[in-house]
Amino acid sequence: MKFTIQVNEGPYQHQATDSAYLFTKAALEKGHEIFRVFFYHDGVNNGTRLTTPPQDDRNIVKRWSELSAEHDLDLVICVAAAQRRGIVDDGEAERNGKDATNIAPGFRISGLGQLVEGAIQSDRLVVFGD
Amino acid sequence: MLHIVNKSPYDRNSLDTAVSYKVDGDIFLLIEDGVYAAMKGGAAASKLDGCSVSVLGADIAARGIAEDKLIDGVSVIDYAGFVDLVEANEKVQSWL
Repeated sequence: MKFTIQVNEGPYQHQATDSAYLFTKAALEKGHEIFRVFFYHDGVNNGTRLTTPPQDDRNIVKRWSELSAEHDLDLVICVAAAQRRGIVDDGEAERNGKDATNIAPGFRISGLGQLVEGAIQSDRLVVFGD
Repeated sequence: MLHIVNKSPYDRNSLDTAVSYKVDGDIFLLIEDGVYAAMKGGAAASKLDGCSVSVLGADIAARGIAEDKLIDGVSVIDYAGFVDLVEANEKVQSWL
C-alpha cells in the first residue's frame, strides 16, 4: 500500500515527529511504499542540517536523512513555511539573497501542491501534529 | 474509519470530538498523550464505552502506564500494528 505522511511539528518540541518517523519506518519494514513525507508548519524544522543534539539523544534530522538515503524517500519541505522559518536550499538562497543554506541531505523544498499530489496518489494520508 | 487521538482527554477535547463522529465499525487508536484516556478508573475512561480501542505500547510505557492499568478490552499494539490499522481502514483521521 502507498502512504503519504504529513508532519506538522518541529523536532524536540512535540512527539509528533517521533511518531511520524517510527510509523514511516514500520511501514517501510512491512514492505509498504512511502510516496512522500511532507513537512508543513513547524515541521519544516525537521530539515535543517545545522542541529547538534546531545550525543545521548536521538538525532531527529539525521535519522530522517538516513531513512531517506536507505529507502529513497521523498522528504518535501513546504516552501512558504520554510521561508518564514529560515530553512534554505541553494535555490531559495539565490532567490531570496541569503548568505547560507541549511537544508539537510535528502530533503527538498517545494510547494503545497506536493501535499495535494501525495494525498491523491497515495492510498492513505496520515497526519502527525499537535 | 480509524480515529487517531494524540491528546490527553484531561487537556483537550479531541477525544470527545472523535467519539462524537463514531459509527459502527470505527476504531480508536490512542497515541502520545492520548493514551491517558484508556487508564482504568480515570474520569475520562467512560468516554470510550462501546468503542473499539487500541493504544500504542511504546507510548503507555513512556508514561509509566502498565498494561494492567488499562481499561478492559484495550488492544496494546506496536508501530507495525499501527501501520496495519491504517491499512485496514480506508479513512484515517488524526484528531489534532
